[in-house]
Amino acid sequence: MTTVAILGAGPAGLAAAQSALAAGADVVVVDEAERIGGQFWRHHDTLTDRRMQHQWARFERLRALLDPAGTAASAGRVVVHSSASVWRIETGAGIRVHALVGPADAAARQGLTIQADALVIATGAHDRALPVPGWTLPGVVTAGAAQAIAKRDGVAIGRRTVVAGAGPFLLPVASSLALAGGSVVEVVEATRAAALVAGWARAPWRLAGSAPAKAPELWDYVSGLVRRRTPYRTGSAVTRIHGRGRVEAATIQRIDGDWRPIVGTERLVECDAVALGHGFTPRLEAAIQAGCDIRPDRFVAVDQQQATSVAGVYAAGEVTGIAGADAALAEGAVAGFAAAGGDPTDARIRPARLVRRRMHAFAERLKTHDIRPGWKAWLDDDTVICRCETVTRAQIAEYAGASSRGLRLATRAGLGACQGRTCGRTVEELTGVRIGYDARPVLGSVRVGELAAVHAERVDAG
Amino acid sequence: MSVMIRVDGEELHGRDGQTIAGVLLASGQRSWRTAAGAPRGVFCGIGVCQDCLVTVNGVAGVRACQRTAVDGDVVEKESR
Repeated sequence: MTTVAILGAGPAGLAAAQSALAAGADVVVVDEAERIGGQFWRHHDTLTDRRMQHQWARFERLRALLDPAGTAASAGRVVVHSSASVWRIETGAGIRVHALVGPADAAARQGLTIQADALVIATGAHDRALPVPGWTLPGVVTAGAAQAIAKRDGVAIGRRTVVAGAGPFLLPVASSLALAGGSVVEVVEATRAAALVAGWARAPWRLAGSAPAKAPELWDYVSGLVRRRTPYRTGSAVTRIHGRGRVEAATIQRIDGDWRPIVGTERLVECDAVALGHGFTPRLEAAIQAGCDIRPDRFVAVDQQQATSVAGVYAAGEVTGIAGADAALAEGAVAGFAAAGGDPTDARIRPARLVRRRMHAFAERLKTHDIRPGWKAWLDDDTVICRCETVTRAQIAEYAGASSRGLRLATRAGLGACQGRTCGRTVEELTGVRIGYDARPVLGSVRVGELAAVHAERVDAG
Repeated sequence: MSVMIRVDGEELHGRDGQTIAGVLLASGQRSWRTAAGAPRGVFCGIGVCQDCLVTVNGVAGVRACQRTAVDGDVVEKESR
């Protein structure tokens, strides 16, 4: 019997579990959250407003399949480890995944080692938020944080929130904030109207064909904005955030096609929160630790079966490219089936292959919102770039000519608790040096005491 | 159903199942950590950025956005 371990229980991981079960494998799912669903289906049974969720019926079917007391089809063949932080992956002679299980960041979590024949890495992505003067003020969050806290805790991050950045994700964020009882002052999109039209309205029939679920979803969001009279500004950015000890206002400014602020177009808008989202960064740590090749565009390299460069290791979802939940579901299904040793020509996997191809066309359109280099002109010398170590733009500029190691040692940029996950790509853009912050293998924080207790870990499967 | 946590001695009430960050935010608290003398609050909301760290029941470095509040939790703000 083949055992497939799956890292991450978002759309890609859950679809992988489903198809690996269908192909006859035993499945072990490992996820850091308390409940499966990933960021897309992040939820709490009593705190989440169901109107924030999309494709919930699909999630409920996946959840039922993974319920140990669930369907006879999967009974006894599936284990889900929630609240499990993976800290080490071994590949080579068999695959071993080491995790610590217990409440988040608790001192005495339980060691867990999973032995598997194949591994599917479905670790997703996190927000990319560009720095802006004032962005360390309490009340400034990533767009994903506003979404996560609305969904998971039933709380709106602010009473009056400005949602700013680039990409269609800003729309569900604005919608969730309103559903959680906040009001959205403005949605500020960096991409200019002409570029939006060129990117999204080009051959609209092809978009409708490629992502049929997206059109009504988009309509929902846009009509929500209209109903609530929320302005949607294009070609604009939040270029400064003001306040003493907390957010009190934001400067919203027009920007040119390269995202350079246009002088004289500043407007001061009163608000108590700002949600920033300029796209997503894949969470590559697990794939790097497993030894997988990373493409030059910094996603995990996979073939038609979602197989990585390492035998027995597959990857699916946002770690292989930012393409949304439908693509993640399709890629996960292909990956899980292949990881279980399923026949790639099997008719059961054909629909997922078709969706995957269509959704990759949708992903091409997301490039309309790619970050342009002119944003650096809205920074000033005192703008904090590395939040963990409070390193300013001026400090980074001072050592920009040094080696990447010299820069890090002199400024400590990227050496703090988040290990460069928040600032890494920004520091690289500011210095023009590829440092590879997000190419580190550090999976998560482990306490020394927990490592010392690792001898007590148990082998769970295989 | 409600949950009570004590944050630097102050009783805060939240809804059962909320994270510590959720309870703090719902109570109107935006900031519970200082970095280089300046206040910080939650930032990424999904456990990546480590900006929302608190001490929970004597254990430092707990991500408030990831830890579900348990009735009676003693939470202390951090400065680092």
